[in-house]
Amino acid sequence: MNTSAQLSNAKLKGRLLKDKLFTYTLIFLAFLSSVPLFLILFELIKKGYKQINISFFYKVAPDTMEAMVAVKNNEIIPGGIANGIVGTLIIVGMASLIAIPLGIICGMYLAENSKGKFAGIVRFIVDMLQGVPSIVLGVIGYIWIVKPITGGFSSLAGSVALSIMMLPSIVRSTEETLKMIPETLKEAALSLGVPYHKTMLRVVLPSGISGIISGVILGISRIAGETAPLMLTALGSAAISTDITEPSSAIPLLIWEFYNDPNLVDMIWSASLFLLFLILCLNLTAKAIAKRWKVQY
Amino acid sequence: MESTVLEKKEVEVKIKAQPNKINNMMQNPIENIESPIINIDQLSVSYGGDKYSINDVSAGIAKNKITAIMGPSGCGKSTLLRAINRMHELNPDTHNKGTVYLGEEDIYKMNPILLRRKIGMVFQRPNPFPTMSIYDNVIAGYLLNGIKLKRREKDEIVEKSLREVGLWSEVKDSLHNKGTFLSGGQQQRLCIARALAYTPEIILLDEPTSALDPIATAKIEDLLVKLKKDFTIVLVTHNMSQAARISDYSMFMYLGELVEYGKTKQMFTMPKDKRTEEYLTGKFG
Ligand SMILES: Nc1ncnc2c1ncn2[C@@H]1O[C@H](COP(=O)(O)OP(=O)(O)OP(=O)(O)O)[C@@H](O)[C@H]1O
Ligand SMILES: [Mg+2]
Repeated sequence: MNTSAQLSNAKLKGRLLKDKLFTYTLIFLAFLSSVPLFLILFELIKKGYKQINISFFYKVAPDTMEAMVAVKNNEIIPGGIANGIVGTLIIVGMASLIAIPLGIICGMYLAENSKGKFAGIVRFIVDMLQGVPSIVLGVIGYIWIVKPITGGFSSLAGSVALSIMMLPSIVRSTEETLKMIPETLKEAALSLGVPYHKTMLRVVLPSGISGIISGVILGISRIAGETAPLMLTALGSAAISTDITEPSSAIPLLIWEFYNDPNLVDMIWSASLFLLFLILCLNLTAKAIAKRWKVQY
Repeated sequence: MESTVLEKKEVEVKIKAQPNKINNMMQNPIENIESPIINIDQLSVSYGGDKYSINDVSAGIAKNKITAIMGPSGCGKSTLLRAINRMHELNPDTHNKGTVYLGEEDIYKMNPILLRRKIGMVFQRPNPFPTMSIYDNVIAGYLLNGIKLKRREKDEIVEKSLREVGLWSEVKDSLHNKGTFLSGGQQQRLCIARALAYTPEIILLDEPTSALDPIATAKIEDLLVKLKKDFTIVLVTHNMSQAARISDYSMFMYLGELVEYGKTKQMFTMPKDKRTEEYLTGKFG
């Protein structure tokens, strides 16, 4: 009796140990997977922080001669990435303007008609869209906008390409969010004689707003760093460009240009740091909104 | 599903075995009710196809009384209730035979939006609007329909409605908190207040207390009895003692048919139909 109790006690201890070991292994592995992010951040900060000052945000990218002189004299390369920041804001902003209403309407349709045949087709197309390589979307922007409409490279074309790219995440997050909203909420409004469209816009949509907004922000953060589609559409520009029918720079395009110019290569770090920071902020905001604005039924 | 189909066949066989006995006893129940506010006229409702979830139901609903609808699960209680304010039409494939009159008007020829303004509804689970405060929830009917009210009118409606459901003293200091922070029973009373505030003539309630504890249930029962002074109440309930306690008239439904309809006292003491008796004595359901 006694011995068997001791035995099982020992067994229990062994199990607890295994349990602990397992937990610690998990923590370690989880930590391991976040190591690359910290290494990247560390590297970018180390190499890029010197470059980031006020003029970094309001001056356009330097040309190669200016940079060469500065490097020779062991000075910080003058100029900034203002043309890229403005370009990214305009291109991403316009892409959002196109994709957000379209995506939300589409997501609402899918949530409301989840079993319909047409809904099935739409859902399939959206899923396929998610898998389309971004360079192909660049080609689409080129064929649809650059050639027939703006007659040359333009930020509008870039926006169209990126809007297609962010559409799936908005559609799916809207659909998933709205599907979680209890049917009884809709019934409550309809039973008060509220017309269907008002019920959707003023009751159902606001109840899912946190999920939808965080989906939108994740969509934005996904396209903010895209380069390939912009190469075929917005092309790039040395000056700040606010005309949407003209070529425009963008932060990722600048990074690519810096990479191709031996004199400017040091600018890569600061520009990358800024872009990464921007995207991290967007992601954190999305998380915070999903949590804070969550509507409790 | 399959089992109900089977049961139905059995019952049909039974009915055929004793022809028309039941039907004779049921003869035109509308005449039993003096001055009905609603007349359900040979109503059958299908959710699609030729299977009818309720079959040839005729009944008058008495004004300023509580009418209870009872019956085993799946017998069509909710379907009948929802057919009265056309909420069943949310399912796109529904179709009806027969109709329902509100006073002299055929509700299936009315604008459903106007109809629902006259016939309010309260659901099984409390469903206050989660994005709205208690205050806004009460006047949601006006807010969502874009009916402009003066500040004073709003305050009046909110206070009056919340007093009517006995919630005023409990929430008067937190009117601008979200309605979803209330307890289940309070939420349900808020939902009743929301229906009342929009000044309907009739209130339909589908098992309004089945998600609540006994104390909250008792409060709502008292409330309904008080409200029948001003409103006509139709109540679906699984709870027989609830029907016995508060209703004036009772319907017993079985497999989509209105089996028996009459004064509640009479039905509970001397049911006319064997199936009603079996249900009331707990033999099935
Ligand atoms: N949306 C729907 N689509 C198809 N059939 C439905 C739908 N809702 C109800 N039914 C069918 O109609 C019949 C009656 O359903 P109903 O909801 O009216 O029953 P009930 O008496 O309210 O039951 P319970 O007591 O469980 O609420 C059932 O056989 C059910 O399968
Ligand atoms: Mg029901």
